[in-house]
Amino acid sequence: MIELENVTLRYDATEVLSGVSLRVAKGEFVAIVGPSGAGKTTLLNLFSGALPPSEGRIQRGGKTRMVYQADGLLPWLTVRKNIALGVRELPVSQREARVTELLTLVGLAEFAQHFPRQLSGGMRQRAELARALAGETDVLLLDEPFSALDYLTRLKLRAELARLLAERPCTTILVTHDIEEAAQLADRILVLSERPASIQQELVLKAPRPRDVTHPEVVAAIHTILEALGVE
Amino acid sequence: MVTAGALYFLLAALTRRLPGGETFPTPLEVGKTFMRSLSSGELPKETWTSLWRVVVAYGLAAFLGLPLGVALGRVAPLREALLPVVNFLRAVSPLSWIPFAILWFGLGNPPVIFLVFGATFPPLVLGTMAATLAVPQIYFRVGRDYGLSVFAITLPAILPQVFTTLRVTAGLAWVVIVAAEMVSREGGLGFLIHDARNGQMLDLAIVGIIAIGTLGILTDRLLGLLGRLPAVRWGYER
Repeated sequence: MIELENVTLRYDATEVLSGVSLRVAKGEFVAIVGPSGAGKTTLLNLFSGALPPSEGRIQRGGKTRMVYQADGLLPWLTVRKNIALGVRELPVSQREARVTELLTLVGLAEFAQHFPRQLSGGMRQRAELARALAGETDVLLLDEPFSALDYLTRLKLRAELARLLAERPCTTILVTHDIEEAAQLADRILVLSERPASIQQELVLKAPRPRDVTHPEVVAAIHTILEALGVE
Repeated sequence: MVTAGALYFLLAALTRRLPGGETFPTPLEVGKTFMRSLSSGELPKETWTSLWRVVVAYGLAAFLGLPLGVALGRVAPLREALLPVVNFLRAVSPLSWIPFAILWFGLGNPPVIFLVFGATFPPLVLGTMAATLAVPQIYFRVGRDYGLSVFAITLPAILPQVFTTLRVTAGLAWVVIVAAEMVSREGGLGFLIHDARNGQMLDLAIVGIIAIGTLGILTDRLLGLLGRLPAVRWGYER
């Protein structure tokens, strides 16, 4: 569970977030969309604890892990060693088996000894997801994790993320500019307003994941979000 | 090796045509002198003298310069305080310290070690500082997320660039040692070259020059081999 209570954030005199209140239940998948520069990533940094709020209160329960937009893997470590970073809190006897299991889960078993530069963008993001989910992760924060990838890879990784979360349930907060991605994956979508950002609209989706882009609920959600963002 | 031999052959042929150029040693004379200085033990002795001086001076410069470079890269106030000094020292030719080196340390090993240290320390600091400053912030964020120390992120992240700096500065050490030994007057290949010139033994001077160049190549090869280690190699391959 993670909760924001009337959170405001200022950089010097500029107000970035204004009175945001939000409660994310255990196991829920929340997507945050909004105009460019609205403060989506800032909100994620508040969730992770990287930024303290100027006002308000944040309560987070359990271990939080973040997946970054790109290049979050340490380039001097092999894929196996990168994923192994995520299991450092486990007993030594369990670590190897857990890493091997995760490598198989994200389809990278054959690439365990490769360095990140030897992988495609999609494979790198899969390795990052595996690392983030490797330990006793309670909250998964995704900062536009697929935005640097091509469209087809993005589609594949969306399905893969849904599959991973089905196998390893985890409270997830996804920041994305891709409305389709949000509508396909989330239980709830929050639409942020322009700066200073606040929650402008909230949509709840009930269809089971993974959802097809043509699913009526997905289509309706995309339409509503576009309208909220002022796009005809 | 073959190219270098051919170039020397050409250089000798051209120089010997110049007025007074007939004193320039032929490849054969150089070959004979090389064998003679090798069997007499003179060349190995002076080579060893220069080699250990470089190892001590350069080793000391790396031992002190690399941590200082990391500190300057990480701590902004320290950088503001010390960077102008390091830049000043880098801009001044190390050879301009020769009179002071002799004044402070006398003759023999100490002034040579001081001068080689003085030539290699500033670029090692600056190269390491630049490498530290260039580490993408995201690596530190990932380090924080997964409980790695700043040091555990910085060290592997800068290693490839530090390695390049080490290779470049090692060459500088060999450039400076010749001039330093010419004035320190107590052994070494620089002194051998200087002494040979004074004694009109240009063939021996050429042997000394070849020895210095060969040592420079060998040092670079050695560092190149270390650069194949996976901990360094990741930064060079794309």
